[in-house]
Amino acid sequence: MASVRRPEHQAPPEIFYNETEARKYTSNTRMIEIQLKMTERAVELLTLPEDTPCMILDLGCGSGLSGETLTEHGHNWVGLDISSSMLSVALEREVEGDLMLGDMGQGLSFRPGMFDGAVSISALQWLCNADKKSHVPAKRMFKFFSTLYSCLARGGRAAFQFYPENSQQVELITQQALKAGFTGGVVVDYPNSSKAKKVFLVLFVGGQQQLPRGLGTAPGEKGVPGHVQYTDVRQRIKAARGKPLKKSRDWILEKKERRRRQGKEVRPDSKYTGRKRKDKF
Amino acid sequence: MKLLTHNMLTSKFMKGVVKGYPLGIVASEVKEVAVDYNPDFVCRMIPKLEWGSLCSAADSIGKLGDLPKELPENIESNQDFLKKVHHLLMEVEVISGNLICPETGRKFPINNGIPNMLLNEDEV
Ligand SMILES: C[S@@+](CC[C@H](N)C(=O)[O-])C[C@H]1O[C@@H](n2cnc3c(N)ncnc32)[C@H](O)[C@@H]1O
Repeated sequence: MASVRRPEHQAPPEIFYNETEARKYTSNTRMIEIQLKMTERAVELLTLPEDTPCMILDLGCGSGLSGETLTEHGHNWVGLDISSSMLSVALEREVEGDLMLGDMGQGLSFRPGMFDGAVSISALQWLCNADKKSHVPAKRMFKFFSTLYSCLARGGRAAFQFYPENSQQVELITQQALKAGFTGGVVVDYPNSSKAKKVFLVLFVGGQQQLPRGLGTAPGEKGVPGHVQYTDVRQRIKAARGKPLKKSRDWILEKKERRRRQGKEVRPDSKYTGRKRKDKF
Repeated sequence: MKLLTHNMLTSKFMKGVVKGYPLGIVASEVKEVAVDYNPDFVCRMIPKLEWGSLCSAADSIGKLGDLPKELPENIESNQDFLKKVHHLLMEVEVISGNLICPETGRKFPINNGIPNMLLNEDEV
């Protein structure tokens, strides 16, 4: 589905992130706050050694919002971005990191093992696009991930917050990252909240490690802090929208019908379907 | 662009380039900025540096000073030396000029301190 709301569908990144768009990243406080929050979480996912000033790569660094969080944590960073307008704003804001104009999809050009970690905030989904005739997304991703793998130190991690459009994109991205030598996978924070849900790809160099748990997913952990849970209201709303209530007769009939359509063996419907059983059963 | 970044940067991602290191620097404008001195960071980075390439890069922009051609021993306790390296890595910035691929001669222009590492389609 081509939605006009997704920036990737509107223009290549170096065109979309023009001066006007770049300005937003300095003037829209809500946007800034969101980017900072996500960077905080990405840094947390890197699990860098404590009190150690590290060398970090910021991929799709834009106007340097994500980088500023790195600076606050006492790290040095190099930022790569394809949009010169975004980088100009970063210069204007006098960020501490060193900036570079480049396309992730063309691969990174650093010596092996130079970086302790990498973050990327809201940029990776752009690699799913083919903006030029010569672009093959899977190929560009592989080039990107394999050159990233090589420039990270052993034990290093990369944490990407990104906006996948569908599950195929998540699969493609993960596939290419693993093919490039990384281990790791996707971590989803607050998967049950449409607003707070955030998707992270967390990659490890050198051996399988335990993938961190997404926030708001631990058993007993209540969703988004500061948000009220509306489970039961949501059920009622669903019912009102015409979807049958879970476990009701209609719900069972619908589910059986679905299964039949999928070619599965399903018991025939009868007047007993969905009825409560008597105690003696 | 800081010399630290230059020390890490190659042109190996270009088609047909084997090592692409070190990139030559031709600078038309160099600036010095003040950056907080962090001895821990400098100590952590020194073992990762290509020392020879840092010396020649510094030399090519006229900032070598009395930096030793060989990396001295016991650097952790040598604050004088660490400060010098900090200055070179973090405070000297190439504002405009070119980076040059040692194998193909391809120039990567530096403008406003930002190197342009975008490749043409036929260089990928
Ligand atoms: C939504 S902005 C986020 C910027 C910054 N990380 C932040 O959190 O404020 C996404 C950035 O990714 C950059 N980008 C998109 N595709 C890219 C590519 N192929 N290579 C490098 N940067 C890219 C865009 O130019 C843009 O600056």
